[in-house]
Amino acid sequence: MNGPHDLGGRMGFGPVAPEENEPLFHAEWEKRALGIVLCCGALGYWTIDESRHARETIPHTDYLRFSYYRIWLTALIELLQRHGELSAQELASGHAQTAGNRASRRLSVDGVAGVLAKGGPTSRPLENAPLYPVGTRVRVLNLQPTGHIRLPGYLRGHIGVVEAHCGGHVFPDTNAVHQGEQPQHLYTIAFDGADLWGQGERLSVRADLWESYVEPV
Amino acid sequence: MPHDHHDNDLDEMTALTRALETVLVEKGLVDPAAIDAIIETYSNDVGPRNGAAVVARAWTEPDFAAWLEQDATAAISSMGFTGRQGEHMRALFNADGVHNLVVCTLCSCYPWTVLGLPPVWYKSPPYRSRSVRDPRGVLEEFGTKLPEDTDIRVWDSTAEMRYLVIPQRPDGTEGWSAEQLAALVNRDSMIGTALADAP
Repeated sequence: MNGPHDLGGRMGFGPVAPEENEPLFHAEWEKRALGIVLCCGALGYWTIDESRHARETIPHTDYLRFSYYRIWLTALIELLQRHGELSAQELASGHAQTAGNRASRRLSVDGVAGVLAKGGPTSRPLENAPLYPVGTRVRVLNLQPTGHIRLPGYLRGHIGVVEAHCGGHVFPDTNAVHQGEQPQHLYTIAFDGADLWGQGERLSVRADLWESYVEPV
Repeated sequence: MPHDHHDNDLDEMTALTRALETVLVEKGLVDPAAIDAIIETYSNDVGPRNGAAVVARAWTEPDFAAWLEQDATAAISSMGFTGRQGEHMRALFNADGVHNLVVCTLCSCYPWTVLGLPPVWYKSPPYRSRSVRDPRGVLEEFGTKLPEDTDIRVWDSTAEMRYLVIPQRPDGTEGWSAEQLAALVNRDSMIGTALADAP
């Protein structure tokens, strides 16, 4: 979707403000938010793609003023409500009214190290060969779905060169909406900065794009 | 937000987070000790020292550097750095005339296993919007100036590939051990917004 998250090339956000000796967290609640988000992910209701899409659908004016942990927490509340594990009344009162449905899948303290060390690899074996060998010139399609997509808007319509084949990977567009992993070949594709922006000496931009995002030139 | 505990003077996010945690704990969905363990992990165990160890080893062991270039996921996992947000790694080697910079314009993708949690600026609209269009301008805001004839390669982390920049080894460090060298590898140099520290 053309949401607030698709920020590449946008103007007017001002300078980057690196913070001297930045603390890992800026408030105690951020620590708890990180932990709650990861613990709830372990319940297994949603994929990383569904959670990204929940963040992208936060209203523009909120997304752009929220801190990133607030974005996470806002999307988490939406996901928990969507999957029937939280009601607005419970959140407002600060107390549960019903028991959780997936309490049996609660991440235990002993399980944390294993879950974090395992992660969630998205590579998948594919039977079909990749369509585009390294060195192929491809054009990015003008895809503007209302749902989830991992194609930055600034690349639409541009021609790039396949620089690497990353193997088969879960397709986020379908995986975000419970339509299955439908893995596709993933490519690292290099674009010329001057072509993308109309100017930009000695600049190239690379992105990892799924096969169905591009067409042969 | 209405509350029945005595949090009325808490700021909005503290109150919201506390209410959510309480509800989820009461529902049996979240174990507060697991939250503590996650915080502990990313506060003490998983951070940019991991990445610095990878870089220093690449600087001192040509075979390891070759492995890192060929199969960064395997090379990095051989050092014990595996897992969430580091499942599929690629190492980007800076060289004379080539500088790499990593961003995620669509969200906040970042190689947690080697760098830990991302800094606020990495997740913020100014960095995400400008690093692909005006990386030289962004680098200047970090006090990093590159020779004019340097090719800048910006990597937008749009999929689950995670990128670790291998900065150039600073001059004047001949004969240094990997441990000594790792101390020169600052976090930002592994994102690409800085160079490794001078000795």
